[in-house]
Amino acid sequence: MPDNGCLTGEFFMNGDNACAEGAISAGCRFFAGYPITPATEIAERMSRRLPVVGGTYIQMEDEIASMAAILGASWAGVKAMTSTSGPGFSLMMENIGLGIMLETPCVVVNIQRAGPSTGLPTLIGQQDIMQARWGSHGSYEIIALSPDSPQQMFDLTIKAFNLSEKYRLPVLIMSDEVVGHMSEKVVMPEIRTEDLFYREMPQKGAAGYLPYKTNGSLVPPMAIAGQGHHFHVTGLTHDERGYPVMTSRAQDQLITRLVDKIRLNADDIIMCNDYMMEGAEIVVVAYGITARIAQFAVKQAREQGIKAGCLQLVTLWPFAERRIGQLASQVKAFVVPEINRGQIVYEVERCACGRARTLLVPHSGGEVHKPAIISAAIRECHADR
Amino acid sequence: MQIDDVTSYERSIAKYLRQDRLPHIWCAGCGIGPVLNCFLRAIDSAELNPDLVSVVSGIGCSGRVAGYVKLDSFHTTHGRAIPFATGLKLANPQLKTVVFSGDGDLVAIGGNHLIHAARRNIDMTVICINNFTYGMTGGQVGPTAPLDVRTATTPYGNFEPPFNLPWLLHASGASYIARWTVLHLHQLELTIVEALRRPGFSFIEVISPCPAIYGRMNKEPEGLDSLRNYIKRSVIKHGAGPRETAIDHKGPIVVGKFLDIDQPTLQDHLIGVAAKAKKPVKK
Repeated sequence: MPDNGCLTGEFFMNGDNACAEGAISAGCRFFAGYPITPATEIAERMSRRLPVVGGTYIQMEDEIASMAAILGASWAGVKAMTSTSGPGFSLMMENIGLGIMLETPCVVVNIQRAGPSTGLPTLIGQQDIMQARWGSHGSYEIIALSPDSPQQMFDLTIKAFNLSEKYRLPVLIMSDEVVGHMSEKVVMPEIRTEDLFYREMPQKGAAGYLPYKTNGSLVPPMAIAGQGHHFHVTGLTHDERGYPVMTSRAQDQLITRLVDKIRLNADDIIMCNDYMMEGAEIVVVAYGITARIAQFAVKQAREQGIKAGCLQLVTLWPFAERRIGQLASQVKAFVVPEINRGQIVYEVERCACGRARTLLVPHSGGEVHKPAIISAAIRECHADR
Repeated sequence: MQIDDVTSYERSIAKYLRQDRLPHIWCAGCGIGPVLNCFLRAIDSAELNPDLVSVVSGIGCSGRVAGYVKLDSFHTTHGRAIPFATGLKLANPQLKTVVFSGDGDLVAIGGNHLIHAARRNIDMTVICINNFTYGMTGGQVGPTAPLDVRTATTPYGNFEPPFNLPWLLHASGASYIARWTVLHLHQLELTIVEALRRPGFSFIEVISPCPAIYGRMNKEPEGLDSLRNYIKRSVIKHGAGPRETAIDHKGPIVVGKFLDIDQPTLQDHLIGVAAKAKKPVKK
């Protein structure tokens, strides 16, 4: 272990633990959480690891408090994270909105289980995808990533921190119970300073600092508490000074920037993995653990002479709309397996805009798709005339 | 308008005010302004480094305090000022964190966070303006409203017993508990100084008039009516036991410093955790 307390080397561990180690490597030094299956292992590991690396772990009284606490910690200048699952994710929604409005870097991990309500606490779902996009009230853009393995739990947690610091907003890691609980090899490289992004800050004590004044980019420098800036921030619609302004004009200026800082940087944020996409006529669009099953089905289809491929959405939000739009005029059909009754499929349909068939392969949750179900959908699309 | 131009203060608090945001939104006769004044004087008297003071508010009339102080200040979500301030404090223990909010925000929607912050004995000062009502939304019944009072949602009189806040905070584990009315500004200032200077969780309840809304419905339509009422009803009793501090419709309002004890703070315990964590552990 290097002096900084970050693990390096090869490990065999589950996704929840790999996520915690990714956070430590990303420089996360504050964690607030509340026990919930199947995300608890992240909190447990953080409670053990953070005090060793000079960080602070706190178990809050609920997920509302956990989300509020990581926002506070972030404003004290510390990279902060919380983790939860469906019911807790619902409780966090209001303060995720505060994080968007105050432009607060932090990471929220959702190890999804099947719902609604208490649902299947110990079993998989991918059912909070639209909640991740629209769960807090108001008009906004969000960043959400979807890991498919313990390795990606490590890698994408670091990526999530970097994106949150760069674009100043809560970044969501939309994992699931199977990825969280499966154990696989995880390679943890040494993370160098240049691999990590830290928010741009005003100079300490700089006169005339305005909390929401941008210079060139759409992301303003962020002051932190205790540095003498004496700044004010509010969840109310505000101007460059951070002061409330109750007009539609101020609302339009602010919301347009909050939305544009993500939309106009979508190419920097969106990550997709192509699997056997050369000349593909049937494209399976999948994410998280379902992408790995889809890849198996695609490989089988190729062996049967069907030109199938898999587009894995590593970034769920902002949605890879340009990529899907381009593919729509080249391919015959999109097959969209997801462990819900239809969420991302609506985005695929929207972007395909009638140019290619879109076939949902739904699953109510509790287990992953059987490859044969996805294979059957691929064959069905292949048989279309 | 510059504050210094129009009034003379024994000490200048103008430097702690966001003067470019004045005039404030509070109604004539409201008690929040005087309490804010006391708080700013107390920061001066306590000789705190203002760079290290953070003020966190929730939502409501009292929640607007954060917007008028020229300190690092956070206007957060309804009821969540305390957990936000908890993150702020834990991530930078050097900060002096003050939560300034109202009874509805801190005790109803934020009640769970209030009792848990007291239980943890985190270094934090909570100033709770108690005007028995939700002023910002038009005067609905609040969790501290005495039985029988009229509010926008209790047209036949309040039918729910209120919280006795000193008792609640005492039972929850706070280190320092005091209550004053806005009549007791001198005592309030000294109390805030004491709270700011001490470690652990301190809770200061300030009984405050809301003449425009609550008062209008309860025969105190002017701020002065409430003050006369406080003169008549308030009883200073330091060290009063929790059972003595309930407030009803007409009886005495017991004020004073009720609790002031030394006990290990959350930060003390966390230092212990850090020391244990850094020792090599057997696998």
